Amino acid sequence: MTSETDVSGYRQMLMIRRFEEKAGQLFGMGLIEGYCHLCIGQEAVVAGLEAALRKGDRRTASYRSHGHMLASGMDPARIMAELLGRTDGYSRGRGGSMHMFSPDDGFFGGHGMLGAQVPVGAGLAFADRYRKTNAITVVSYGDVAADLGHVAETYRLAAMWSLPLLFVIENNAEASAPKGMCLSDRAAAYRIPISRVDGMDLRAVREVALDAALHVRAGKGPWLIEAATFRYRGHSMADPAKYRTLDEMQRVRAERDPIAREREKLLEEGATEAELREIDAEVKALVNEAADRARASDSPTLGDLAPHIAAEVRHDGA
Amino acid sequence: MAHEIRMPAISPTMEEGRLARWLISEGDHVEEGDVIAEIETDKAVMEFEAPQSGVIERFLVAEGGAPVAVETPIAVLAENADAAAEPVPDAPAPRSQRKTPRSGAPRQTVREALRRALAEEMERDADVFLIGEEVGAAQGAYKVSQGLIERFGAARVVDAPPTHSALMGLAAGAAFAGLRPVVEVLNVSYALQALDQIVNTAAMSEAMSGGAVTCPLVLRGPQGGGERMGAQHSHDLAAWLAHVPGLKVVVPYAAEDAHALLVAAIRDPGPVVLLESERLYGQNFPLPDDEAEPARLGAARIWREGKDVTLISWGVAMAATLKAADTLAGEGVEAEVIDLRSLRPWDRETVLASVRNTNRAVIVEEGWPVASFSKEIATTIMQEAFDDLDAPVATVAAADTPLPYAGALEDAALPGAEAVLQAARAVLYT
Repeated sequence: MTSETDVSGYRQMLMIRRFEEKAGQLFGMGLIEGYCHLCIGQEAVVAGLEAALRKGDRRTASYRSHGHMLASGMDPARIMAELLGRTDGYSRGRGGSMHMFSPDDGFFGGHGMLGAQVPVGAGLAFADRYRKTNAITVVSYGDVAADLGHVAETYRLAAMWSLPLLFVIENNAEASAPKGMCLSDRAAAYRIPISRVDGMDLRAVREVALDAALHVRAGKGPWLIEAATFRYRGHSMADPAKYRTLDEMQRVRAERDPIAREREKLLEEGATEAELREIDAEVKALVNEAADRARASDSPTLGDLAPHIAAEVRHDGA
Repeated sequence: MAHEIRMPAISPTMEEGRLARWLISEGDHVEEGDVIAEIETDKAVMEFEAPQSGVIERFLVAEGGAPVAVETPIAVLAENADAAAEPVPDAPAPRSQRKTPRSGAPRQTVREALRRALAEEMERDADVFLIGEEVGAAQGAYKVSQGLIERFGAARVVDAPPTHSALMGLAAGAAFAGLRPVVEVLNVSYALQALDQIVNTAAMSEAMSGGAVTCPLVLRGPQGGGERMGAQHSHDLAAWLAHVPGLKVVVPYAAEDAHALLVAAIRDPGPVVLLESERLYGQNFPLPDDEAEPARLGAARIWREGKDVTLISWGVAMAATLKAADTLAGEGVEAEVIDLRSLRPWDRETVLASVRNTNRAVIVEEGWPVASFSKEIATTIMQEAFDDLDAPVATVAAADTPLPYAGALEDAALPGAEAVLQAARAVLYT
């Protein structure tokens, strides 16, 4: 007997992967320019976390954030339109891949500077504590960012003020922790509780996320989850990732791929191939439709250059 | 033989101090260097040591009272217990009235004006909060926030460690969520550690999100030279910050403008940097009359009208500029003095209208001369009012050097009234 939650998590992971594959294709066609960081391979972390979140919760993420946007409920067509630099994009073509915000969906960027989203997320959590709401904030960042000073500063502030903040290191093994240490040990030094989890296992992530979210939502202060994951593609579309061998990649795909693993479990629990193929087809259709809608959107005109700078709009009468 | 212990000057600008607490009792023997009292100024509380050994015969100033002037005798110290019978002068009356005179025209200091703005806005809007190092329990490093924690509580007057980068990011996040953070830094030079969050997050977000989010935060604190703080704590960063689209930068001079601009900054939908000066905090300015229009972001103020030359300045450099204008007036030259008050946006119309009338302009600032804000103004005047100019626009700025520590050197590096006069005479060809 399959559970609704598992099927929905599976669908979410699949949506992220198909979307990212489509983005990769459009980049190859020259329709997406500049930076484009794909999260193929890391889907289980996002989808697992999402199961612990409620309406009103908030998220910040890095430049690798398409998956987080999709999981938060943002419209795939408008995300894709932003990647294409079109007016229907979340940032009307002014942001691009790394810079989308949708407060209504609880998504607050999309941050291009390493680890910058971590203190920003603490500020969102600070606001919820200030207003005594029940919401929590999840900040996601990679292992490289986890090494940075302002991230450690944020541990300090979050611990000191017991912020309703869930730190998530999406550890795709780019940075090496000092010998004998884990990246999450830095947060532990500030007495922040930590969990380490297989980030290639949807259900495992979901389980620790639910526990951690319960703690954070109860006002007991921050929690950190370090999820070990793997990124199949290069850092960005401009990175051929030659530092990874084909063998390594194939081994991970064969043994640890989060979507394949969840698919197997669903089959064991009674789902049929036909049911899963139907989900696959639905997701593919959604992504194709999103790409079509995005491509049909207008490009910005030069008149769109000036607005959205408060200084000029309000005070120079522009 | 008895000696008077006098109220010490614990900073060069200190004029009076309050005896916060005696740490010894009358009759106690003290050794030279023993801490005997806590002295509170408008900036800080400092421990005060016995200037020599002996027995404290009696206190002349009770603890917890009103401030007394520097050099006022505060205690009598006998060199030994036997010789404690010499007459001592009575302590003069405390001079607390001098600080905030209530007779004649009411006046306020810049510090009081900033504090009043914070208090009014926090009263008006529950989303406004103050955060930074020493803002709460310590009452503010420069006492701008004095009394606010008692009035609004620690949840809204938030003491934070000097984790500048994370704190600025936190403020930006809180602003995304609709709060109105006012971040106080002890010195704007420290904000360099937070420049990524100021520029990349606070300033960029509204535009790069296509208007999906706004970031209504205020960053404020003292900056600039003149306090003998050496190269790293004396930067005037106005031009740096004003370079960034998405930020607004205001640099008030007069107390009433500090008040009005801080109110406007807090209410603004975007990030605003308000640059203060330690040299101005204690300065008294007359309170404006009720009809006076409060300062707006982006609006300059004409301090005195004149037809011969336009002097344009802002912030603490206004003092030298006004002084130079006084001297020029004595020489029969009518200088028009414009306090820009805001650098971004800046009031091009007022400046250009004045220059079209006087045909000559001098711009005075305490920032460095290379890529300075003065050059932005000079370029605009050249482009927009070229035919009206009778002389090239002159600029007066700090020396192009990291500010030195030694007083004589630092004074020489900062533009005074004499430099302004020279520039004015140059454009007047006199």
